[in-house]
Amino acid sequence: MSGHRSGNDAGTTSPSAHAHDGEAMTGAASLVRSLEAAGVDVVFGIPGGAILPLYDPLMDSPSVRHILVRHEQGAGHAAEGYAHATGRVGVCMATSGPGATNLVTPIADAYMDSVPMVAITGQVPSASIGTDAFQEADISGITIPITKHNYLVTDPADIPRAVAEAFHIAGTGRPGPVLVDVSKDALQAMTRFQWPDRVDLPGYRPVARPHGKQVREAARLLVESSRPVLYVGGGVVKARASAELRRLTDLTGAPVVTTLMARGALPDSHPQHLGMPGMHGTVAAVTALQKADLIISLGARFDDRVTGRLSSFAPHATIVHADIDPAEISKNRVADVPIVGDAKDVISELVLAVEAEHAAGRRADLGAWWTQLDDFRRTYPLGYTAAPPGEVSPQHVIQRIGEISGPESLYVAGVGQHQMWAAQFVRYEHPNTWINSGGLGTMGFSVPAAMGAKVGMPDRTVWAIDGDGCFQMTNQELATCVINDIPIKVAIINNSSLGMVRQWQTLFYNERYSNTDLHTSANNVRIPDFVKLAEAYGCVGLRCERPEDVDATIEKAMSVNDVPVVVDFVVHRDAMVWPMVPAGVSNDDIQVARGLSPTWDRED
Amino acid sequence: MSKHTLSVLVENRPGVLTRVAGLFARRGFNIHSLAVGPTEVPDVSRMTVVVDVDELPLEQVTKQLNKLISVIKIVELEPSASVQRELLLVKVKADLQTRTHVLETVQLFRAKVVDVAPDAVTIEATGNAEKLEALLKVLEPFGIRELVQSGLVALGRGSRSITDRALRSA
Repeated sequence: MSGHRSGNDAGTTSPSAHAHDGEAMTGAASLVRSLEAAGVDVVFGIPGGAILPLYDPLMDSPSVRHILVRHEQGAGHAAEGYAHATGRVGVCMATSGPGATNLVTPIADAYMDSVPMVAITGQVPSASIGTDAFQEADISGITIPITKHNYLVTDPADIPRAVAEAFHIAGTGRPGPVLVDVSKDALQAMTRFQWPDRVDLPGYRPVARPHGKQVREAARLLVESSRPVLYVGGGVVKARASAELRRLTDLTGAPVVTTLMARGALPDSHPQHLGMPGMHGTVAAVTALQKADLIISLGARFDDRVTGRLSSFAPHATIVHADIDPAEISKNRVADVPIVGDAKDVISELVLAVEAEHAAGRRADLGAWWTQLDDFRRTYPLGYTAAPPGEVSPQHVIQRIGEISGPESLYVAGVGQHQMWAAQFVRYEHPNTWINSGGLGTMGFSVPAAMGAKVGMPDRTVWAIDGDGCFQMTNQELATCVINDIPIKVAIINNSSLGMVRQWQTLFYNERYSNTDLHTSANNVRIPDFVKLAEAYGCVGLRCERPEDVDATIEKAMSVNDVPVVVDFVVHRDAMVWPMVPAGVSNDDIQVARGLSPTWDRED
Repeated sequence: MSKHTLSVLVENRPGVLTRVAGLFARRGFNIHSLAVGPTEVPDVSRMTVVVDVDELPLEQVTKQLNKLISVIKIVELEPSASVQRELLLVKVKADLQTRTHVLETVQLFRAKVVDVAPDAVTIEATGNAEKLEALLKVLEPFGIRELVQSGLVALGRGSRSITDRALRSA
């Protein structure tokens, strides 16, 4: 029966995986050996009653470093940030009951954004399961809808196989979270360690190689089209297919749009890059999709934030949909040419097929299309209304952070207005440098994910670009950063509000600001004072309230590299995110300012 | 909306039924009936699910089901190419006057009487959905006290086995 080599397919299997085969040890020690065999180098977690037996052998592990966080949610997001930055499977652990339920949000987040993650939770002794025991929660039941798969282990002999399978499932095919719930008695009982040679899952056979006929058909459509668009999603980043994408872009001369999850897959500086599509995308990107006659979707899923009202999305386009998950194809929009496969393989083969078309004298003529696209770009460039004199523009702050810190840095955002501006105004030149919570949109993602990203990429500068609302949800991980020498930089885009909700209240609720006032900077009320809070954690705290101080403050933050730096950027409260396609509205009705949509002089 | 019969091979493990039922619930797919039991292979169970969907959503149902690690294989069994059966137990009012008429109906449908009481009989019948529906229609005027249906089970016609092909290596 065929199977797959065991181990972490998105990282490395330890060469000494079988070094302890046959040894007698506790289930806890077997679990630690299993993590080592799977190639794990870091775990984020918090101990507790049910998982306590695991923490003893963990202390002596020669290769697994455990970082003690301050909230299990922080452990989960840190595992995600690590996975986003490195492409390896992120690992978090927690005890039973409330420890495990605190992991639910980051697990759901990983599920929505296809992040490879393994979560290990302790569980009450197997004889107590189902009796409402102390700190008991049916975490495997709770996480069924939000994991790729999960395990409840009550026999220590099952531990190595469960771990091997968990890492295999998490890191292959469409990546995602896997939970392994281990009962306390399984951790305490004696067993004989045996790392499996093969992982055999008859119900899991991810496809990698695309169907040649489909790829050739896509190439044929490409060279015959007049208005093609390459619609690039997060799958291209996960497949590490940036070089192949670059080749395809140059070869075809087609315009490219990169979704919120794919920023950096193609450099922003590439002349054929139109920017981000979607609810807050550029006019050029949104309009290109609407007017396209052919859309080649690579590792994207036609999410509602991109399509707007589905019935009027890309009305003239033939759809080629390439994805590693067959369930995404034709889920939201019927695909004329479905291609199931890994993006790296699909794009490589598409390049060869297009080259063959070109060699046979068939090549698309995109001159007229580019005239139109350049007109869109020139007439409706990305920009913002400057804040009133004396006030700081949030877009300016974010743009300057990106310019001063540079494209080699990693940028990790929270959720809200600041997230949209970070996606728009930082220039991304490499994949895995932009990290955010797209599908679930989890406030509080930024600080712990930045921490995880920095642990995974210690030699890169990591900026958490966060909101004042988001920051208050998970900032306790600053303690973890200080204690464990993880010097992230945090820019709080402080508009004293739940900014994105406030924007909607401005536009759709008659400026009735119900419960969006956070009292973190407006009218000089600071609850809390972020600078004092940062210092309380042992970080350097800075505040910037005047436009003329922005550059100097960023430079000062860049110069501190032994401890985390937190900068309180007090910004103009009424700054808005534009362009905007409100929810449920057609992309044709994109607005570039309040009540203002582009006017189109020419018909197609 | 039309009914489609899916034969799903799943791992014979605790929790698999929950996973499948949960998937249907959260994706908004309508289950008309679901029957599950062991197969000729020890670690594999078979679930027969009758779903009420149009063609395109059925494709989504199948693809989403396939994503479950516990699901090994899914086959749609068309009524024309499969044997489809369901078990029905129905308790019908039958006093001295009506009993003979009820028993006549039982004979006509090749059903069986499995319980007799002074004023009621319990009838057992197997057949495809149409036959059982017809039986119930005929019995209705007498007064149906209680009714239980097992859910459809089905096997493809011919000599091949889906279990065989599913477990051979990919």
